[in-house]
Amino acid sequence: MTDTPISPAMLAGAATPVPKEETPFTRFRKGFFEDKVAVAGLILFSIIVALALLAPLITPQNPYDLRSVDLMDSRLKPGSVAGEGFTTWLGTDGVGRDLYSGILYGLRISLMVGFLSGLIAASIGMAVGLIAAYAGGRVETILMRIVDLQLSLPAVLIALILVAALGKGVDKIIFALVVVQWAYYARTVRGNALVERRKEYVEAAQSLGLSNARVVFRHIMPNCLAPVIVIVTVQTAHAIALEATLSFLGVGLPQTEPSLGVLIANGFQYMLSGSYWISFFPGLALLLTIVSINLMGDRIRDVLNPRLEK
Amino acid sequence: MLAFIIRRIGQAMLVIGVMVVIVFFGVNVIGDPVWMLISPEMDQSAVEATKIALGLDKPIWEQFIYFVGNALQGDMGRSFVHGEPAIKLILSRMPATMELALVALFMAILIGMPLGVYAGLKPETRLAKGIMAVSILGFSLPTFWVGLMLIMFFSIMLGWLPATGRGDTVRVLGIETSLLSLNGWTYIALPALNLALLKISLVIRLARAGVREAALMDYVKFARAKGLSQRRIVGVHILKNIMIPIVTVLGLEFGSLVAFSVVTETIFAWPGMGKLLLEAIQRLDRPVIVAYVMVVVVLFVVINLVVDVLYSVLDPRVRLTEAKA
Repeated sequence: MTDTPISPAMLAGAATPVPKEETPFTRFRKGFFEDKVAVAGLILFSIIVALALLAPLITPQNPYDLRSVDLMDSRLKPGSVAGEGFTTWLGTDGVGRDLYSGILYGLRISLMVGFLSGLIAASIGMAVGLIAAYAGGRVETILMRIVDLQLSLPAVLIALILVAALGKGVDKIIFALVVVQWAYYARTVRGNALVERRKEYVEAAQSLGLSNARVVFRHIMPNCLAPVIVIVTVQTAHAIALEATLSFLGVGLPQTEPSLGVLIANGFQYMLSGSYWISFFPGLALLLTIVSINLMGDRIRDVLNPRLEK
Repeated sequence: MLAFIIRRIGQAMLVIGVMVVIVFFGVNVIGDPVWMLISPEMDQSAVEATKIALGLDKPIWEQFIYFVGNALQGDMGRSFVHGEPAIKLILSRMPATMELALVALFMAILIGMPLGVYAGLKPETRLAKGIMAVSILGFSLPTFWVGLMLIMFFSIMLGWLPATGRGDTVRVLGIETSLLSLNGWTYIALPALNLALLKISLVIRLARAGVREAALMDYVKFARAKGLSQRRIVGVHILKNIMIPIVTVLGLEFGSLVAFSVVTETIFAWPGMGKLLLEAIQRLDRPVIVAYVMVVVVLFVVINLVVDVLYSVLDPRVRLTEAKA
């Protein structure tokens, strides 16, 4: 019995197994995947993002290439065959564009606007919140008064007035969405940073002679990220819905960059005459996107909430 | 107490002042409204005359001072499109919007409270889980799309309720209202429900959380030990205690109902001030936009002020912590 291969069982018997290193991320991952509803949300969301990314490869038509759109195909019912020979499973809109293709291309714009505005708003809001908490005094008072002022007015109203003043376009709507979102991040991050600032590791970093910027962004900021992640999910869903609302009202994105909101608005005029699908399907896509994000967001909030930790 | 109120009123005035500046300069960046109002055949002198008539030839800061002076007298300029004073236009559309927002608010309470209380009392039942799932959906549904679906279902497919417009109105104390006729109610039902959806979800969540918390309190245990019926415990003891936060939140949310009515009014062609705002934006009717925003800002500031003051009356801790800070 000299060269017995070492089996896992022997190892386990020999010494207590070394526990796999537990990082905050693995703990988060475990907590997240325990919830079936959240996983369903993640799967749904992944499918939606994949469909949007692959849109040019898996759609029968590029809806914004005017050569491939035939006015003769307008307002076909779901399941009809278009002049080009493909079946339009979701029907066509008022100018003959295939709705399935239109929705996937629209999703790209909606998702892009939602994420980009969320990312920019989170960066600005975090910077403002950290600076306010670290600087204190008058700087803090002024910054937080601006935040209060902004949060006391409803987002839809601010965004509406902004896009009214700026005009249509992707860049303008992203700007408007950033303006309505950043204050949420600033307020939350400031609250967290105020707590973190009093902890010993900050004092340690300061006594090492590190610069203020380094203490704030390398030491305090990483410890304020958990609530930011929660707000990112909630706010991205809001931003996507808000963009769709503005586009629906005709003040958001132009017809040349049709997001889901523009598609729904286009269908509105045909709805009273019974062509329900033009508004219905883009709305359903919008709904599924928002629901999938919210399902994930609910779970992320629960997992990251220190008060609920066992 | 008085110091607290005075400080709050001071802050409120400051907010209004800041908003006047932001809104005026913001909206006046929108492009040149002269081009909306002149026909291409007009010659240069006619264009200049229009500009002078609208006061657009002056430098912007002079327009601003003029605007503030007039605004203090309740004059926000004349609508470029309607030719009437902007503030008068807004105020004439206000009752319709208020009516819509109020009905939506009551719908939120009447529908949301029973569902939320039930979900809080029996959180493990299937029905309770279903209610909570629906409330997540309520948060996720894009309001404007739900509005379209309501029209499609109730007006086009079933034909039960009218899709657009406001029904017969009755004049009471100088205000037109459609709440006193059956016909009026058929018109307001769909838009109000649409506007209320988000708030119904909110009330369900607040009521559920409140009930779950209150059910563990000593006063509930005591009431149970006294042998009171479940109906009395829930209906009197618990409900009374959870109503305070819910009413507070809803008071603050009333402003957002008014703001969101822009969307609902547009879909249902409800002749309120939200629809007026959207038309004004599409036609670059600046005085109306500015007047609308100012009216809404004042409305918001007043609501926040009233809620703050009421709250500090009910809960002295609020004003005490603030005095220390």
